[in-house]
Amino acid sequence: MSGQQTTPPSEVTSGAGFRLPPTVTEAITTPAKPGRRSTGRGARSRAARLAGLAWVVPALVLLGVFVYLPLVQNIAFSTQEWDIYSGISEFVGLKNYEKLLQDPVFWSSLSNNLLYAALSIVFQVGGALVLAAMIESLRSIRWRKALRAIYFVPSAISLTVAGLLFYFIYEPNLGLLNNLLDALGLDALAQPWLGQESTAMVAIIAMSQWQGFGYSTLLFAVAIQRIPSELYEAASLDGIGPVRRFLHVTVPLVREMTGLMVIVTVSGAFQVFNEVMVMTSGGPNNSTQVLATWLYRSGFVRNDFGYAAAIATVIFVVTLLIAVAQLWYTRRKKVDF
Amino acid sequence: MTRTGFLGAITRVFMWSFLLALVVVVIYPLLWMVLNGFKTNAELFGNPFALPLQLNWQNYAEAWNRGVSDYLTASVLVTVTSTIATVFISAWAAYGLTRVRMPFGRAVSGIILGGLMLAPAVALVPLVRMFQSMGLYNTFWALLILYTAFRIPFTTFLIRAYMIDLPREVDEAAEMDGANRWTTFWRITLPMCRPIIISTVILHVLFAWNEYLFAMVFTSGTTVQTLPVGLTSLMSKHGTDYPVVFAGMVIAALPVIVLFFASQRYFVKGLSEGIGK
Repeated sequence: MSGQQTTPPSEVTSGAGFRLPPTVTEAITTPAKPGRRSTGRGARSRAARLAGLAWVVPALVLLGVFVYLPLVQNIAFSTQEWDIYSGISEFVGLKNYEKLLQDPVFWSSLSNNLLYAALSIVFQVGGALVLAAMIESLRSIRWRKALRAIYFVPSAISLTVAGLLFYFIYEPNLGLLNNLLDALGLDALAQPWLGQESTAMVAIIAMSQWQGFGYSTLLFAVAIQRIPSELYEAASLDGIGPVRRFLHVTVPLVREMTGLMVIVTVSGAFQVFNEVMVMTSGGPNNSTQVLATWLYRSGFVRNDFGYAAAIATVIFVVTLLIAVAQLWYTRRKKVDF
Repeated sequence: MTRTGFLGAITRVFMWSFLLALVVVVIYPLLWMVLNGFKTNAELFGNPFALPLQLNWQNYAEAWNRGVSDYLTASVLVTVTSTIATVFISAWAAYGLTRVRMPFGRAVSGIILGGLMLAPAVALVPLVRMFQSMGLYNTFWALLILYTAFRIPFTTFLIRAYMIDLPREVDEAAEMDGANRWTTFWRITLPMCRPIIISTVILHVLFAWNEYLFAMVFTSGTTVQTLPVGLTSLMSKHGTDYPVVFAGMVIAALPVIVLFFASQRYFVKGLSEGIGK
């Protein structure tokens, strides 16, 4: 641990900065030289196998240096107190984690992530599945295509644009929402949606459902299309109505996709950052902080990078557990038609 | 029989009303965004439902001059370069993993595809430290490297899944004819992977164009900021000149919406392959 913290920054430079370009070029040029293979038989196959590595070296180097190494470093940093301006770091053991347990904002961030996950499962998994089944039950192929595409448009634009757009929609004076309530005679319900603790988080989550439901609907629609139409025809002939067809044919046969969507959605909910930063930056009064924004604020605003690294470790553990769940899930038997 | 027919008709009416209402919920805010980009500030604060009295193209010119042209250039540059880098490096890796014998093959594929599980936020603090000491902080290179490194697992995963299903006989025939692996890759395998390559290009473009976390943390100057970050600074710098912000939002959103409609088929394929396997 102590070796880690005394590493001068220049070593990182020589480690990652200079090694990268030669290996990339080597990987590009090596397989192009057929001459490498024309040695003796044993040496030839060994050389050929080693040359085979050249295909994956660029990917391995980039991942090793910029994805895996930082991951390991993060755990080391979380045991330090580090000042980015002076560059001084000091080993403090598990102090950052103790601080984490006593930090009310950490816990409220975590519960905001959980709320995000729960509501996203309801709308982006459950709601999207029902919606996809509705769309795929339409007779007109044109309408099916058109609806799938229209619903997807918010997912194509960035969360920043969507977040800013909803910032204005929620804006008390010029915003669509309050003006719509006014027009409907419901002006009693008008409020500063993002400006008060009671509604801000739900308002942000609502925006992200608007932005993301078309994406999961599209994926469910693809899964439903894979179900053989004879199954639906047989059910119709037996006099089974659309609701029961949905419950007894569609739901069981897309369960693989449903499981994956739950996992992807929950994993995404623990990485939420963009929409919160754009719409409230975590306010008012830290009520909309989520783990990633609290990480950002702790490190880059409050200059407490060790603490930020500890929060990052929590995100790492949660997302890793979810990923393991996904691996386990996809390895199970696939749905057979 | 007539009873179920009647019920069926009611159900259909409800379903259609719901589907069309949802279309309005999706389209209207976007339309509002476009219309607001043409309004004056007074109009914007007046009646939010009103149409603009005239098409104020000045808002676009204003947004363009207040940095959007720089943000757009940076976005295009980062998107194009990182797409090229990611797709080629991933295609090489996918070819290596599916066609070439190499030492520790299983471990290599585990390392590359395992990257799919890692959240970018986790690496944020060490990456800042690393990029600062490398002198790459607040440069175009930081985003190029990060967008490439963090998207290699997903892109390799997609291309690999496609290559596994391709017939090997073609490669073998090419090798028999004396082509080396490099030629086989460029002349035979890559052209056969065209559909999935197009899907991965589109998915990466969408990712790089819209990415926010890295762009926000690793860039601060106008010339390296991409559109998502640039838009938020446009918002904070120019206070209440909202129509200009709306114009900027439209400029940021339009290219990806056009890309989506132009390439829907590949797009849907990429997405469903990516999540379904």
